Amino acid sequence: MEKTFKIKSPSGLHARPAAMLVQKAGSFPCDVFLVKGDKKINAKSIMSILALGIEANEEIVVITEGEKEAEAMQAIGELLEA
Amino acid sequence: MEYTGISAASGYALGIAFLLQDQQLEVVKSEVPKDHLDSEILRFEEALGKSAQQLEAIKERTRQTMGADEAEIFAAHIMVLEDPEYSGAIKDLIRTEARNAEWAIQEVTDRFLKLFADMDNEYIRERAADLKDVSNRLLRYLLGIKSQSLSEITEKVILFSHDLTPSDTAQLDKDKVVGIVTNIGGRTSHSAIMARSMEIPAVVGLQDLVEKMKAGDFVIVDGSEGKVFVNPSEDLIQRYKEKQTGYEAQRQELKKLVSQPSMTPDKHQVELVANIGNPQDALVAVKNGAEGIGLYRTEFLYMGRQELPSEEEQFEAYKAVTVMFGKHPVVIRSLDIGGDKALPYLDMPKEMNPFLGYRAIRLCLDRTDIFRTQLRAILRASAYGNIKLMYPMIATLEELRGANKVLEAVKQELLAEKIPFNKNMEVGIMVEIPAVAVMADRFAKEVDFFSIGTNDLIQYTMAADRMNETVSYLYQPFNLALLRLIRGVIEAAHKAGKRVAMCGEMAGDLTALPILLGLGLDEFSMSASSVLPARALVRKLPSAKAQTVAKAVLEMDNPLEIERFVKQEMQRLI
Repeated sequence: MEKTFKIKSPSGLHARPAAMLVQKAGSFPCDVFLVKGDKKINAKSIMSILALGIEANEEIVVITEGEKEAEAMQAIGELLEA
Repeated sequence: MEYTGISAASGYALGIAFLLQDQQLEVVKSEVPKDHLDSEILRFEEALGKSAQQLEAIKERTRQTMGADEAEIFAAHIMVLEDPEYSGAIKDLIRTEARNAEWAIQEVTDRFLKLFADMDNEYIRERAADLKDVSNRLLRYLLGIKSQSLSEITEKVILFSHDLTPSDTAQLDKDKVVGIVTNIGGRTSHSAIMARSMEIPAVVGLQDLVEKMKAGDFVIVDGSEGKVFVNPSEDLIQRYKEKQTGYEAQRQELKKLVSQPSMTPDKHQVELVANIGNPQDALVAVKNGAEGIGLYRTEFLYMGRQELPSEEEQFEAYKAVTVMFGKHPVVIRSLDIGGDKALPYLDMPKEMNPFLGYRAIRLCLDRTDIFRTQLRAILRASAYGNIKLMYPMIATLEELRGANKVLEAVKQELLAEKIPFNKNMEVGIMVEIPAVAVMADRFAKEVDFFSIGTNDLIQYTMAADRMNETVSYLYQPFNLALLRLIRGVIEAAHKAGKRVAMCGEMAGDLTALPILLGLGLDEFSMSASSVLPARALVRKLPSAKAQTVAKAVLEMDNPLEIERFVKQEMQRLI
């Protein structure tokens, strides 16, 4: 599954928001990826997310693949849109 | 071997040396036979597991002893450890290159560090430090090197370090660290002040002693004489054990003065109060008989964290202390940041002369958002006790008036919001810039009190860096120029009916005390551990005698002569 989100957190996807995303992604068996521009990274990796440097108002694509991918997308969507 | 440094906190300690230093972890690149690759990866996984266990334990201990915020640092470390891309890349590298785990860890860590270093974001650059910490932990485990992190000390040790940063000292556990020895610093450096307030015997300014030490050396720290003995004879150990016992007995004797008044035999009463940095210090101050707080250094609330403390958090910290002291005064100094105390999250520019630059009230008058939040918290806490507000680093009357204007605006805000505060809260200033001492008569008309900050006043009067040992002959409290400035400030204040306190290190110095008492100083604010010795002296020293001493001293001009004279006079008295 694939879905595009706009980052609302004023500090971008760093610090606490990034940590929460990693925890959420890690709680599902499926693969979770983030795509920004031409870079695709593992959303279960805190360092990869930080290295992507996602700022406020940027658009990212979330991809979930595998077991429980719909639930994972739902949960991550809630987190990013909260 | 015997080494002499500068006495930073008195008392005696005997124990094993613990060396706190940046360890150079030697990693060699070696080939691993193909049929051993699985066990090499297993070795790495074992290091991951053990490190996670260590971190969980540290996190839990930190949460209990220091609070949830501090524990977050270690939660971040665990997250790095559990990062699948990090550990995955390391395992891949071990297998594809057929190399050892240590080398693979270093390779992958460097790759991520490079990525982070290129990021234009302070927060992410700081995460590089977390990664470095985690990779060092893994390497230490694999290389079989014992960990050296401060929070992991489990037995009683004597801590050796080049210097101690505020965040190092924040992690000190005084049940474990019984003595402190550092290469650099003087009596007023941060590590010395912290050591005194935690009552840990300390010697500083030992140049390169730390490099000469081996972990596990047996050490005696003589904090009273500023001496350190490495692997001493049985004889000396025995002597120091006796000294330590005697010192403890004397301290017990002093404890009897805890609730006695600070009054001279000829019935002149002064106030002996304490300098603190946080609510925990306030407890130590109460135990040591302080009659209030003469300096509450609020900058520690702002340090060692990622963002500014909220109004609520500050309010709680100020309220906790003032409630503890009831009707006794608690003087809260507004934020004194800059100089040697920078806040990473404020993104302050590097300065050529930080002590002459953008700091303290100068910063607060510029960043009124930060200043207002703090003033709101202080005012709100003023409803719960006897809080006084004090501005640091005031140089001109305009700055004082500017600060008061912000204070007034905040008061109006609170009134409008119907939030209670003490409308008559006293407001004073630090006298630490010579310009203010010279203009004391004019300032006295616009403040409720003065507090002389001698650490900076000496430094600015003598143009001598207090951390620079080569000019320490200039950094002397007994310089006549300084004594004259102090006399002038006291005279000007008394003429206007205002009180004068002193909150620098000099206020707790037993040799300076007779002179200051003789000059008419009203309040002495010092490290908690200095309060009782000072009270013992005040109770023996008639103020008439102190005046004679002060008068004689002002006729002299040599700091050493002055010091010798006062010591002689006091010996005669006792």
